[in-house]
Amino acid sequence: MTVKEMCEKLGLRSLTGECGMDREVGGAYIGDLLSWVMAHAQRGDVWITIQTHTNIIAVASLLELSSIIISEDAEVEEETIKKAVDENIPVLVSTQSAFMISKGLINAGLGN
Amino acid sequence: MGNIAYDFQIEKDDFERAGEASSKIKKILRQLGIDSGIIRRVAIAAYEVEINLVIHSLGGTISISIDPKSIMIIAKDIGPGIENVELAMKEGYSTASDKIREMGFGAGMGLPNMKKCADSFYIESIIGKGTIITMKMMLKDGE
Ligand SMILES: Nc1ncnc2c1ncn2[C@@H]1O[C@H](COP(=O)(O)OP(=O)(O)OP(=O)(O)O)[C@@H](O)[C@H]1O
Ligand SMILES: [Mg+2]
Repeated sequence: MTVKEMCEKLGLRSLTGECGMDREVGGAYIGDLLSWVMAHAQRGDVWITIQTHTNIIAVASLLELSSIIISEDAEVEEETIKKAVDENIPVLVSTQSAFMISKGLINAGLGN
Repeated sequence: MGNIAYDFQIEKDDFERAGEASSKIKKILRQLGIDSGIIRRVAIAAYEVEINLVIHSLGGTISISIDPKSIMIIAKDIGPGIENVELAMKEGYSTASDKIREMGFGAGMGLPNMKKCADSFYIESIIGKGTIITMKMMLKDGE
């Protein structure tokens, strides 16, 4: 599934326009502690978090994650969005909880 | 491949640029065609050490050198040093403030992550002087 397909299936709102929409989503990782994410998230994963400061883009870019979903409509800093576009990392927002987002991802066929 | 070396200056509390040095290091290794698994380990170790310099130190430098057999990362700061290195190395140990923790740092996993990613890991710290971390990753078949 591409990031674009994931957005359509889960009703995610992109803060970074069309940036990185063709990326392939390989798996998912949930976490708000950056060194845990750093240690365990895998290349291609979509990362579900409520962290919104610029450093999440550094983490996603270093690990070559496919995208970031900000859960429960947490507000994202302008600086983060700018950096995300520079690094070609899609930042997507959901009104749902991490649990409901995961359910949506599994229903969409991820992790099967 | 000849020997290649780069230095990066890291400023205390510079959260805006935190991660830039690691990102540059990763790009250099990519251009050299280094194995992607090794790049991942170097990127994780470099990131954790860079963030620690930003959060916990008074500033310092990260140096990377690449020779045909290995990649060496040396992080050197100007203080304040770590009182109990053994304790600092424990998973979950952190002195990060609440404000820093709110940003997602302070899980106490940075140093353990570095150790896991490196083939050899050496830390030396003197209170009032600073901390030096030396990490080495071996390249397969002298890549
Ligand atoms: N360069 C440094 N100078 C001074 N103290 C340091 C330095 N690096 C680490 N420390 C000390 O060691 C502790 C553990 O470091 P570690 O990187 O494992 O965890 P953390 O930075 O607190 O949290 P995390 O890395 O999970 O975000 C830190 O909380 C800090 O007290
Ligand atoms: Mg740390």
